[in-house]
Amino acid sequence: MEPIIIVRDLRKIYHVGDVDVHALRGVSMEVPRGEFVSIVGPSGSGKSTLFHVLGGLTSITSGQVIVDGQDLSQISDTERTRLRRKKVGFVFQRYNLLPTLTALGNIEIARYFGGQKGPLPEDFLEIIRLLGIEHRLHHKPRALSGGEQQRVAIARALVNRPAILLADEPTGNLDTENSEAVLSLLRDLNHRFGQTILMITHNPEAAAFADRIIHMRDGKVIERS
Amino acid sequence: MILAVAGLSRGMLQDSMNRARGVGADIWIKPPGASAISLTGSSMPQSVLRYFRQVPHVKLATGTAVQPIGGVSTITGIDYDEFVAMSGPFRFLEGGPFQNDDDILIDRYYAEQQKLKTGDKVTILNHEWRVCGVVEPGKLARLFVRLRRLQELTNSEGKLNQAFLKLDDPARTQEVVNYLKSQPELAGYSIYSIEEFLSLFSMNNVPGLKAFIYVIIGLSLVIGFLVVGLTMYTTVLERTREIGILKALGASPLDIVGILVRETVMLAVAGWIAGILLSLGAHWAINTHVRANLQSEIAPDWWPIALAVSLTASLLGALYPGLRAARQDAIEALSYE
Repeated sequence: MEPIIIVRDLRKIYHVGDVDVHALRGVSMEVPRGEFVSIVGPSGSGKSTLFHVLGGLTSITSGQVIVDGQDLSQISDTERTRLRRKKVGFVFQRYNLLPTLTALGNIEIARYFGGQKGPLPEDFLEIIRLLGIEHRLHHKPRALSGGEQQRVAIARALVNRPAILLADEPTGNLDTENSEAVLSLLRDLNHRFGQTILMITHNPEAAAFADRIIHMRDGKVIERS
Repeated sequence: MILAVAGLSRGMLQDSMNRARGVGADIWIKPPGASAISLTGSSMPQSVLRYFRQVPHVKLATGTAVQPIGGVSTITGIDYDEFVAMSGPFRFLEGGPFQNDDDILIDRYYAEQQKLKTGDKVTILNHEWRVCGVVEPGKLARLFVRLRRLQELTNSEGKLNQAFLKLDDPARTQEVVNYLKSQPELAGYSIYSIEEFLSLFSMNNVPGLKAFIYVIIGLSLVIGFLVVGLTMYTTVLERTREIGILKALGASPLDIVGILVRETVMLAVAGWIAGILLSLGAHWAINTHVRANLQSEIAPDWWPIALAVSLTASLLGALYPGLRAARQDAIEALSYE
């Protein structure tokens, strides 16, 4: 079966004033469907840029990126928007829930952009139960703990059944107990629903929850384990 | 602001119409050079009344002198017996007709606003008057004094500002108007049937009123544009991160603009409703506290105009912030603190 993510010789150069910043310098990797992959590396290693490219938040300078059969090398802004709606779910370090909406509202707005209507489907309700937030859906983010907010963010990322879940330091703002809970949930989602997950982390213990770890440094993949 | 000004303009015109109708005349005559509904103007010799009384079908003729006393207020000199013969008796709430030359009759609105009652002294035109009676409003003016006394005080003895004719048969009004207009000695006089005169009480006939309202509309547009523009600009800045989140969730630039437009429309409609409520409040306050000087009417036909102005100003104001939000880079927005 073809990998869900194929990256070949990916390069990304940012122009900051008159200076060119080479954020990615020829990254190549493949991620099979249903794999849970951690990407680790120091600050400035290019892992966040890779995350943004795979999520359709920024364009690439050269190389090839294929996500769920769609080549991102030459897609328009409109197609990039569609990619974010349908194929990618984001989980951020700072949760990034919309503060004026309830937990359910945050999930519903992602569903709205994904073009889905009607009541939440039964299989998604199962995910809600697995995440343990079924009793917190009508609360605003400020009434939720960090762990709960991150679980709502995971639910929001999964509501449109994306091909890949991109998690950027999902435990970066959580204490040990909540970190373990969130990582266990990600692993459960991967095992029970076959969800492909790419997780960026600084933490080796968090990275160990994944099936595979990719190490990055200076815009390159330096090791796969 | 638009609604309050429109209501005020209409209220004052309507009040003037009602008071003009209350004279009971069939024909209204202004001297040469006088504007139809201006507060003052040129004068005509009092002797012209004798001429009018000899015109066929004229049953009664009387004239008044009008003197401004500040703002839009005036004091009117009348020949009491002639005026009452034409318009019917005053309805006295207290007191009675003039007893001496320094007596003044005031209407209820003026009495309430100035807290005056019969026997009180009031200084107008640097002259002390004694309130001899309080009457129901609706007859030409709010303040009446003897014609001769006002003429003396204003050095205009033997002069009138307007004349009124009552006919033996109102059906002949147009016939008499045509006759008067055809007389060479009345050349330059403005001669109106009462219906024609009342029809002049529109915004188009008050010098500068329409221009003033256009200025108010223009100001409302500019102020609305600036307020909404700044509000939405601040909103976009404050919500930079939220916009980034929405983009990460798959919102297109059009979705972002759509959200801001909907917020703007809600803001405009809320402002419009608040404007209506405020104009109703202004209407109540004007008619309760300063009714002798200003009159206000509710102007529902101006509500759609106010809504259009509000929406136009708001949408114009939201244009730049909306485009800025739509162009916001998602990655930069997400890293915004």
